Amino acid sequence: MFRVTDKPINLQELVDCVTDPEAGAIATFIGTTRNNNEGRKVIALDYEAYPEMAEKELTRLGEEARRKWQVCRMAIVHRVGPVQITEPSVMIAVSAAHREAAFAACRFAIEEIKKTVPIWKKEVYEGGEIWIGTQSGQPLNRS
Amino acid sequence: MTVKVKLFAILRERAGAAEVIKEIKEGSTVADLWAVLQQDYPKLAVPGIRLLYAVNQDYVKPDRVLKNADEVVFVPPVSGG
Repeated sequence: MFRVTDKPINLQELVDCVTDPEAGAIATFIGTTRNNNEGRKVIALDYEAYPEMAEKELTRLGEEARRKWQVCRMAIVHRVGPVQITEPSVMIAVSAAHREAAFAACRFAIEEIKKTVPIWKKEVYEGGEIWIGTQSGQPLNRS
Repeated sequence: MTVKVKLFAILRERAGAAEVIKEIKEGSTVADLWAVLQQDYPKLAVPGIRLLYAVNQDYVKPDRVLKNADEVVFVPPVSGG
């Protein structure tokens, strides 16, 4: 399951999705909305995505993780639209035979999401709003 | 020939448009299209911005030659997570 949604994300749904009889571990990651950034008091975040491509890139990222580690299943759901303080913006679940692979693939997924998946975060803070991002990443494969 | 440009985030806001249908010359590249678009929408020229380029939902290099009906996206710095 690799998708973007404008609804609140349900962790259990991801866990159910990656549950696998071959797995001895499920690692999960939840990205949440922090009330401060670089000294600014953050009121909310507003995410925008290029949905078709974001889901394609998330799927590709899952395939890449599978090549690198012995992963059973993987699920990533990213929120779009306004996200309030404390609310999750992204959830990842990875099942694997052993915990090392599950942790590693989960870590890889969140790092890659921040580099190459076409999703943008606007920070709404006291006194203004700003689009976040520096484009430090290289696409996994580019023709 | 025509291509469809989708604009997101800071570029959408600066252009005041989410989608633009653009007539371009045969043999135009993604970089050529970006140059033309910046003439149509001068505010798209964000100082210091690093863009990635996507055609039909795949990242491409800026020298990619466009085909009729391609969907082109100029990807401003991403910041998911």
